[in-house]
Amino acid sequence: MTTVILPRSLVSLIPGTERTTQVDATTVAEVIDRLDERTPGLRNRLLDSGPSIRQHINVYVDHQPARLDTPVGPDSTIHVIPAVSGG
Amino acid sequence: MTQTMLLVGTSKGAFILDGGTDRTSWSVRGPLCNGWPIHDLQWDPANRSIYAGGGSVWYGPAVFRSDDLGETWNHSSEGLTYGDDGPKIPTVWNVTPANGSIYAGVEPAGLFRSDDGGATWGHVAGLREHPSRPDWQPGAGGLICHTIVPHPTDAEKMWVAISAVGTFATEDGGTTWEARNRGVVNCNAPDPYPETGQCVHKLVMAAGRPDRFYQQNHCGVYRSTDGTQHWEDVSKGLSSEFGFVFGSHPRDPDTGWVIPLSHPEEGRTAPGGALAVWRTRNGADSWERHGDGLPQENAYVGVYREAFAVDRLDPVGVFFGTSTGQLYGSIDEGETWSRIADNLPPIWGVEAVALD
Repeated sequence: MTTVILPRSLVSLIPGTERTTQVDATTVAEVIDRLDERTPGLRNRLLDSGPSIRQHINVYVDHQPARLDTPVGPDSTIHVIPAVSGG
Repeated sequence: MTQTMLLVGTSKGAFILDGGTDRTSWSVRGPLCNGWPIHDLQWDPANRSIYAGGGSVWYGPAVFRSDDLGETWNHSSEGLTYGDDGPKIPTVWNVTPANGSIYAGVEPAGLFRSDDGGATWGHVAGLREHPSRPDWQPGAGGLICHTIVPHPTDAEKMWVAISAVGTFATEDGGTTWEARNRGVVNCNAPDPYPETGQCVHKLVMAAGRPDRFYQQNHCGVYRSTDGTQHWEDVSKGLSSEFGFVFGSHPRDPDTGWVIPLSHPEEGRTAPGGALAVWRTRNGADSWERHGDGLPQENAYVGVYREAFAVDRLDPVGVFFGTSTGQLYGSIDEGETWSRIADNLPPIWGVEAVALD
C-alpha cells in the first residue's frame, strides 16, 4: 500500500481525512482518486481543470517532484505540501 | 426580540459578530472557513443558512455553507469549473440565494447556479456567450462577476455586474443576456459610451421598485428608472465620483448610501483622510455628508465593493468595513457612527442579518 501524507490545512478542511493514510494505486492520479472516494471533495482541492495539480500544491513521490502520471509503488511515500505562497 | 449578526468576509477568513438585540455591543467569532480568503457572505432566510464565497491560493474556489449560525461549515466546488479546456477559476466573488437556488459569481467573470443548496454547481453559460466577451477586460481586482441582483418576483429576470465590463440583464432565466450600460461613461476609454467596458463597482435595486436601480461606478454614481435600460449620472454634490459601495434602504426606494473615495489614480481612500458616508433621501437627487463618529483626520482607508450592508430593522442599521480592518456601524440610518470592531484583516464583505 502506498503511504500518503496530507497537509494539516487540508485535513482540517475535509472531515474524515487523516494526515497519514494508505491507498492502493499505481499513479499519483490514482492516489487522488482513491482519496476522493473516501472523502468526496478532496480531489477538487488538489486538482484544477485540465486536470492538473493546482499551481500552489506540490506533490512528491519518494521526495521527488511528481506529476499526475508519476508512477507509485506499494512502498512509495507521497507528500502533498502547500507551496510557500500566500500573503 | 430580534437577534442581530454581521457576517464579515476578510482576506484571512470569515468572521461573525453577534450584536444581540440592541446592536450596541458586538462580540467577534472567527476566523471561520479555515481562514480562507472570503469575498462575500450571504444569509438565506428561507432555510436559515449562511453562504460564504471565496478562494484559497492553494486549494482553489469554493462556497462554504453553515446551517447552525456559523458554528460548523461544509464546502463544495463540485461543478464550479469552465471545463478542462476552459480558464481556471481562482475564487468566488459573490454568492446570492434566489428563487430556491444559489448563484455564484466568479473570476474570471461568469455565473454559476446550484439547485441543491451548494452541493453541486452548473455553469449559467449564456452570460459568457455574450458577443462582447472577447473584449472583456479586468479591473484592478480582476475580471470578476461581483454582483448578482435577482428580480424579487420574476425568476426569469436577473442582473449581474462585471468589472470592468458593465451591467448585464437576462429576462429568460439566464439563457441570453443583454448589456445595460447606456448612459454610463467609460472615463478610461477614447469612446466614452461603448456598449460594454464600463467599470461598475456595485449594482443595487431600490426597495419595492424593480424598475429603479443605482450603481456606484468607477466613473460616477448612476441611477436608472427603467430597469437599467438607461442610466443618468447622479454624482453631483458628492466629494468624489469614485467609490465602491452603494447601499439601498430595505423599505424606502429613495434612500441610499455611498462612500466616496479619492481619485482612482490618487489612492482610492477617504478623501483628505476624513471618512464619511453620504446619504440620499430623495432618490439620489442630492446627497448629505455624515461623518459623526467616524475618524475625520489621517484615516486613509478604503472600503471595498461588498463591504457595506444594511439590516431590515427600524431604524435601519448601516454597517461597513474598511481595507484596514475596522468595522463601523450606525443604528440611526447613517446619522451617527461608532467603531464596533478593529484589528480585523482587510475587510472584503459585510452582510447584516436580523434573526426572527
